Amino acid sequence: MEITKQSVEHLAELSNFRFSPAETERLRTDLQSIVTYISQLDELDTAEVEPTFQVFEMENVWRADEILPQDADREALLALAPEVREQQIKVPPVLGDGGGA
Amino acid sequence: MKTANKTVTALRLVQDALAKAKALEDYHVFTFLNEENALKKARALDARIKKGEKVGRLAGVPYALKDNFMSPEGPTTASSKILESLISPITATAVAKLEAEGAIMIGRTNLDAFAHGSSTENSYFGPTKNAVDPTRVPGGSSGGSAAAVALGIVEFATGTDTGGSIRQPASFNGVYGFKPTFGTISRYGVVAMASSTDCVGFFANTPEDIDLLMTITAGRDPRDHTTLPDFYGVSPENTADVVPDQFADVTSAQPAGAVLAQSDAVTSQLGAATTAQSADIQSAGTDTSQPAGNVSSQPAEDSSSQPANSPAIPFASLALDKSKKCGIIKDFDNDAVDPEIRRALQKQCKLLRQNGVEIIELEMPMLKYALAVYYIIVPAEVASNLSRHDGIRYGYRAEDARELGEVYRLTRTAGFMPENRRRIMIGNFVLSSGFYDAYFLKAQKVRTLIIREYARAFEQCDFLLTPVAPNPPFKFGEKTADPVAMYLEDVMSVPVNLAGLPGLTIPVGTTKTGLPIGLQLVGPRRSDRELLAFAGAIATMRKDAK
Repeated sequence: MEITKQSVEHLAELSNFRFSPAETERLRTDLQSIVTYISQLDELDTAEVEPTFQVFEMENVWRADEILPQDADREALLALAPEVREQQIKVPPVLGDGGGA
Repeated sequence: MKTANKTVTALRLVQDALAKAKALEDYHVFTFLNEENALKKARALDARIKKGEKVGRLAGVPYALKDNFMSPEGPTTASSKILESLISPITATAVAKLEAEGAIMIGRTNLDAFAHGSSTENSYFGPTKNAVDPTRVPGGSSGGSAAAVALGIVEFATGTDTGGSIRQPASFNGVYGFKPTFGTISRYGVVAMASSTDCVGFFANTPEDIDLLMTITAGRDPRDHTTLPDFYGVSPENTADVVPDQFADVTSAQPAGAVLAQSDAVTSQLGAATTAQSADIQSAGTDTSQPAGNVSSQPAEDSSSQPANSPAIPFASLALDKSKKCGIIKDFDNDAVDPEIRRALQKQCKLLRQNGVEIIELEMPMLKYALAVYYIIVPAEVASNLSRHDGIRYGYRAEDARELGEVYRLTRTAGFMPENRRRIMIGNFVLSSGFYDAYFLKAQKVRTLIIREYARAFEQCDFLLTPVAPNPPFKFGEKTADPVAMYLEDVMSVPVNLAGLPGLTIPVGTTKTGLPIGLQLVGPRRSDRELLAFAGAIATMRKDAK
């Protein structure tokens, strides 16, 4: 499996990162060596094997659908946000430079 | 552990620990010293002791907290830029339980950012130094916690272990480090890395101390639905068969209905105890969010009144249980492992044989694939868990972003360390359409094969004794240029996490040049207490052999 510059750029987009060309190239080399290493699983025939996604033994945990007391209230949580206005978290414009928003 | 009383005050214990922490500042163990709060709490506790009030089992014991456990005392940074200023309004359940017993946090310890790494070199705040040789790494990711105990600053420290992050630094610094069975201690309030393998555990100087910490912190938590029904320190008649083990019989899968029915029984059976316990946790949690002076005013939980507890293990007089069989893994005995570590293992085996314990050689050919499995599954879970860090609701936000998408991209690129970014990228690679079956699903299938191999091994022996890592502590910078070289340090610790087993690092000596060597004792799921007792007996045996 070859990791190309394009695949790194695609993964950066999926991951919400922005890299310089030098960083992209560095990551390409790193990812290539990691992917080469993990590809050794190809040696194994797993056609008849069930996957194990979790090692927790319970199938599901049920509880009543009710609101339980929380450790932190609205004020405490809002206080963590970088910018707050009128009890809301403030962010820059969602669309472009905000012209139409 | 040394607890406070009328002659040795909590204030004295805390002052001593803080003084040591400051004197050893060069090791860069801590990201935050909790001086003011710790002294306040110590004074309050001493006042209660003076009045003759009953205090907890960890009264006045100073401890170090890995900086990925949330509490309002100091910022919970996970040693990252993106959480640099996060003061958590909530308290992790494990922390609340320790504090309810009177333990006093004196500082938050350094780690590889978001616990990604095996050396603490990935910390945004710079690396911690090895307690024995400061020119070398302390291991990771819980490097600061391991060094805090090894340097004698505190008698215990918390850690998290996703692929070896407790056991490897314990080995590198010459202390005990325990990763319990997956689901034993609540992860509520712990910064998430990989949800299917993350475990809370401890560093300490003896298995006995770890047993006490486990007794205090283990147990089901209504705030973490991935905690197992209580089993640690609970009498077998109260736990027997209540937890269906889906891996006990590797050939036949248990029908889901049966599992559910049984777990309902567990819920009702343990209902009363769980409710009582959660009330305690809640009040402890509320207390720590108030000014620190109030924390100890709360009456200590009367732990001895809890029903159905199995008796304390007499660690001081523990003899080696000769009916136990110990397995060693041939596949780990190869040229990739440092010869001094191989010799240390052989020496332990000889000593165990001389003391009547049978040693069995096992072949476990699937384990060599564990590292590849790990570096597929864990990055996938990391990519998912770390997507929440986006600069919107808490933590660092890039200032120069002009629109929302840019907030995400600039914040995450600057807020994460290079190793965080690598893992997120790999995670999104193995999860992306076209590669999911070939990598992610494939890895989960091989994980099943690894679990089966352990199940077969534990049909032949009670515990496995293996190296913790292939090498003794390495020099700073030695493995930072090549991510795969760093990952290979985890080759013997990650299979344990993939199967959810308990693993304990026991310090067994040093190399010729004086670097610590640890070995790893691994047991079946929920054998945690037997494992610690066995390690306690090994410690006694080693003392007698000297």
